[in-house]
Amino acid sequence: MAVVPLSHILFVSTALFFIGMYGLFTRRNMITMLMSIELILNSVNINFVAFNKYLFPEKLDGIFFTIFIITIAAAEAAVAIAIIINLYRSHQSIDVEDATELKW
Amino acid sequence: MEASAIIFYTISAFILGTGLLAVTTRKIFRSAIWLLFSLVGIAAIYFWMQVEFIAAVQIIVYVGGIVVLIIFSIFLTQNSGKEMPKTNWKRIVFSALAALFGFGFSYNLIDGYTFTPSTQAFNVPVKEIGRQMLSPTEHGYVLPFEVVSMLLLAAMIGCIVIAIKSPEQKAEEVALEKNEVIAKGGTVTVISKPEIIEEV
Repeated sequence: MAVVPLSHILFVSTALFFIGMYGLFTRRNMITMLMSIELILNSVNINFVAFNKYLFPEKLDGIFFTIFIITIAAAEAAVAIAIIINLYRSHQSIDVEDATELKW
Repeated sequence: MEASAIIFYTISAFILGTGLLAVTTRKIFRSAIWLLFSLVGIAAIYFWMQVEFIAAVQIIVYVGGIVVLIIFSIFLTQNSGKEMPKTNWKRIVFSALAALFGFGFSYNLIDGYTFTPSTQAFNVPVKEIGRQMLSPTEHGYVLPFEVVSMLLLAAMIGCIVIAIKSPEQKAEEVALEKNEVIAKGGTVTVISKPEIIEEV
């Protein structure tokens, strides 16, 4: 069954996680930062499914965690985009450097 | 090397390449499209791992929902053909260093650990997923299911509350309209419009 060892799948998901992290650090536009967060959440989903498949094939817990993460990511994206559009209405910009009113 | 392994490495290279392009390209619309490709590649990995249900959910929710929402918001807020301002090279260097160091550290830990894969076959019947999702017994997921339904309701109401106009904003708009009519030299006849209660 194991044509590809588990560590290679983990390599892909780890690399994807840090690509997302790099994007989160370098981008200053809120929409692109949201995209990076989506990449990070997806890398975690790959991990859950891979561990479920390779280590505990008799259970389904990894599948359920993946389903719930996808649901929460959808809700998070919807709320985040509502906030971004509202911010654009009041600031005419969605750059994080321009939204500094809440900064202490 | 077997065909299955070749397919896996091709899909992985595709995911990582498009993911990297999504976070580095300077045109925001292209970035969204590369993200779409990356998410489709991840769905392909789920197909490769024989979890067809998750792959279908991934395509429906991410590709059909979230990416479309993101593209929508790009069109609403940005000049989508315009290039984004260049990032400071210092920030690029240090972010890349942080990401590379984090990756090296994590992968070093993963590589040093020997996983003992189970020999059992893995198959996920959708029937079993549905049964376990709503079962209140020990391995059932009915409580998280209900909590997530509350979360979705909260997100929906939250979006409406954020997007709704406050009474002051509405009053300002009405005043602006009146001024325009006066400026044009027209007579101000306040026609009582049927009030729109909720603009979302």
